[in-house]
Amino acid sequence: MKNVSKIYGELRALDNVNLTIEQGEWVAIMGPSGSGKSTAMNIIGCMDKPTSGEVLLDGQDIAKLGRRELTEIRRDKIGLIFQQFHLISYLTAVENVMVAQYYHSLPDEAEALEALERVGLADRAKHLPSQLSGGEQQRVCVARALINHPEIILADEPTGNLDEQNERIVLDLFRQLHSEGTTLVVVTHDAEVGASAERIITLEYGRVTSDNADTKFGKGNG
Amino acid sequence: MFFRMIRGMLTRQTGKMAMIAFTIALGASLATAMLSVMFDVSDKVNQELKTYGANITVVPKEASVLSNLYEVEGGGDVSNVYLKEDELGKIKTIFWAFNIVDFAPMIDVQASVNGTPVTAVGSWFNHHLDLPTGEQLDAGITSLRSWWELVDGRWLDESQTGDDQRVMLGHTLAEKLGARVGDTVELSADSGASADAGSGANADAGSGANAAAGSNPSSGSFEVVGIFDAGGDEDKQIFAPLDLVQSLSGTDGKLSSIEVSAITTPDNEISRQAAKDPSKLTIAQYETWYCTAYVSSICYQIQEVITDSVASPVRQVAESEGAILDKTQLLMVLITILALLGSALGISNLVTASVMERGQEIGLFKAIGATDRAISGLVLTEIIVVAIVGGLVGFAAGIGFAQIIGQSVFNSSIALKPMVVPLVVVLVIVVTLLGSISAIRTALRLDPVEVLHDR
Repeated sequence: MKNVSKIYGELRALDNVNLTIEQGEWVAIMGPSGSGKSTAMNIIGCMDKPTSGEVLLDGQDIAKLGRRELTEIRRDKIGLIFQQFHLISYLTAVENVMVAQYYHSLPDEAEALEALERVGLADRAKHLPSQLSGGEQQRVCVARALINHPEIILADEPTGNLDEQNERIVLDLFRQLHSEGTTLVVVTHDAEVGASAERIITLEYGRVTSDNADTKFGKGNG
Repeated sequence: MFFRMIRGMLTRQTGKMAMIAFTIALGASLATAMLSVMFDVSDKVNQELKTYGANITVVPKEASVLSNLYEVEGGGDVSNVYLKEDELGKIKTIFWAFNIVDFAPMIDVQASVNGTPVTAVGSWFNHHLDLPTGEQLDAGITSLRSWWELVDGRWLDESQTGDDQRVMLGHTLAEKLGARVGDTVELSADSGASADAGSGANADAGSGANAAAGSNPSSGSFEVVGIFDAGGDEDKQIFAPLDLVQSLSGTDGKLSSIEVSAITTPDNEISRQAAKDPSKLTIAQYETWYCTAYVSSICYQIQEVITDSVASPVRQVAESEGAILDKTQLLMVLITILALLGSALGISNLVTASVMERGQEIGLFKAIGATDRAISGLVLTEIIVVAIVGGLVGFAAGIGFAQIIGQSVFNSSIALKPMVVPLVVVLVIVVTLLGSISAIRTALRLDPVEVLHDR
């Protein structure tokens, strides 16, 4: 991100932010409410465009792209994990994973089942979201995010609605993805989740106030 | 996957989808009913209007000239001028033959019944015709003058054995004679005399001879089968089968006039000009006029096939038929358009509400890579599935509505014209698409960031 600002009326949600995230990095974006974390995530996730500045993804300035191109980037390169899971209530766990395949290429139930197996939910594949616990729903969300082998996984408060045990399972999954070279950008309030990352960027009032780019304590830490 | 999503969407919002289907069904049913009635209404309205009598009268040319001179209706005041009966069938061979729905030949003669001077009218009552075109037609005054009321007895019917030697009396005449159904009356006529031509004197009156087939007598005794109330001069007349009156009066094969009931198009400038003199039209105007069912064009064509005849419209009826038909059809079209517009608005509101209710779901699809086309396809497919269900239910209900309208307004069933099916399909598709525009725009405007973050 080069000199990126996002302005809503009087509010500068991001104020001249400069930030570089390398491929394969696990970055936690932290900060209090209203600091601009979600805005940053939306821009990195190609769901929003900055008011000014450049956002280069693989060398391509997404600030200059149209809606269609942004949709294509989201589909091909980005996996999204939400705090509220956002699973489709009338589709089973495996079908929720297949939805992402459907909009990416072709649905493949065997592959979707593999993704669920990877998050430890093979036996819950035919259950509806209402029949799953919060942790299980979040793991379905993770499976959906990684089914298309994205280059970046963006997670917005991924453990915000989870108990400790499920939080640990999700973080283990992140570690696994990180070890496979997937770039992880996690927006969180949770210090433990932040501490799991190899790099913590702190935002306040839309500005980067700290960036411990050299901190590596997250790697391999249980 | 796509259909699992559609199925899930439909089953999750059963109530809303049922409302959308109901709205579509309502529009489709009204469109089906109105279109069915509209396409069948010309026949129905014509049947109704036939109660007002014939709309074209054909008389001999000479009689017409004199009646025009003295401004007398019908031209029946001229003796020894007749139309030829054997040319009657030609009426159903003209260009607009299918628009001619009924006709009746007439012979009016001066006669006496039991010594009382009367006008005897010979005509068809329920005469079956096998036309050269292969068409069959039951024509006659029973249907042409359906507003006549039977006071007693029954109508004469050519298909009944013996009815060729029976008569009907107008109720005024019946009262005067003291005649009842089943009585025998003695009818005698001036040989070769048309009605009102003589002074009323009848040399053969009271001769009492029975009519015998082939003997061409001028009098005979005939059973009265019916007494009618026509509400006019006919109440003072005696009506008998055409052949019987011709035989009595010695006018075999001759007709005083022909009354024709035809479906017509309202007159315009061309038809009015043509009615005066068709030769003054340009070739293009003539073609248009000749190939349009204007009353003047049908009259012209009748004159072409009936020797030395003048066919003239009974203006009031002819014009009101066309005008009523046009107005009725316009009303049907307006009701159809309004019903469909109402449906489109209803669909628009309901589908937009449904899309907004599923905002998060659609936002998620967009976030994980659904294109505008994919979202539009999803919403449209869902509405089309609902529209098919609603349309089928509405179509079936519409056929029912059409029958209710037919029975309550025209006392007969409405025939479903094949053209109604594709028309309703197209209209339902158009209305559904129109109704979906707003919902699809709403779906496409949904910002995944806002809906996924509950903003």
